[in-house]
Amino acid sequence: MFYIYCPYCGEHREEEEFHNHGQAHIERPLDPDSCTDEEWGNYMFFRKNPKGLHHEIWVHAVGCRKFFNVTRDTVTYEIKEVYKMGEQPKVVAK
Amino acid sequence: MSDVKNETATVSIMNQLADASIQAQSPLFHADLATVAKSGPKTGGVTFKEEALLGHLTLRLNAENPDQMKAAEKVLGVAVPTQPLTSVTKGDVVVRWIAPDEWLITVPGLKAFEYEAAFQKEMKGHFQVVNVSGGQTIVKLSGKNAKDVIKKSSPADVHDSQFPVGKVVNTPFAKSAVILRRTGENEFELVIRRSFSDYLWLWIQDASREYGLVVEA
Repeated sequence: MFYIYCPYCGEHREEEEFHNHGQAHIERPLDPDSCTDEEWGNYMFFRKNPKGLHHEIWVHAVGCRKFFNVTRDTVTYEIKEVYKMGEQPKVVAK
Repeated sequence: MSDVKNETATVSIMNQLADASIQAQSPLFHADLATVAKSGPKTGGVTFKEEALLGHLTLRLNAENPDQMKAAEKVLGVAVPTQPLTSVTKGDVVVRWIAPDEWLITVPGLKAFEYEAAFQKEMKGHFQVVNVSGGQTIVKLSGKNAKDVIKKSSPADVHDSQFPVGKVVNTPFAKSAVILRRTGENEFELVIRRSFSDYLWLWIQDASREYGLVVEA
């Protein structure tokens, strides 16, 4: 079980209050009409599956219902940091 | 949060309360708590009481907009709390922090429309107030074992050091979710969904069995 710090509630809560929403920091192409199929496909369907640090979105579903970002090590499952939407991660893969 | 600061939108609101010729029924009406209270035990470790038919209003606004915060204070007579997981009480009005831009307000049932109208009149810009009275109800658990029942049912940490009086959390409870608030040393308030009210009533009876459940009407 994860024990996750919600940056909006300001305290740790059990994992069962949260849902994972996959990879964070995915940017929608600014001009979809001029994208190639490959660029659009990469945006739409392809996700990273790193062994090690991963930035992902979580939502405090049974709580304040806010989305935020988590940097997690996919090997050890250790949560390295939690940061709000619009912020950039401090812990990044070397 | 939207940049719309001071535009006035026309919002249609109506008094959802039927007139006196129609009997209002709380979500636990079918449980006939008055009869259970009369025939059931008078002493026990847990006391159950429904705070039926209150007016519940969900308020959403931008806490960084001082005009909206001022308007909310004018309507409620008290500022909405911006400190996470806290609540404030002023007379019969209770304001619970739900999220940085959301609060749950309870007022006497007959006054819900009055408050709703006052919000629409006083507040400008991008905000929302919705009367959700029909969708939920409040039950109070008190007594020396009330905390034990909550510990069995919810992952929320209700230890004194983590859960002072006045704290409010949105958290799972049994297989449902509640808004849990501590209203006293041995007193907790649960805002529960109408559709889960029967399930939680049965759950609480079962979870309280070992301590003895007293029902108050």
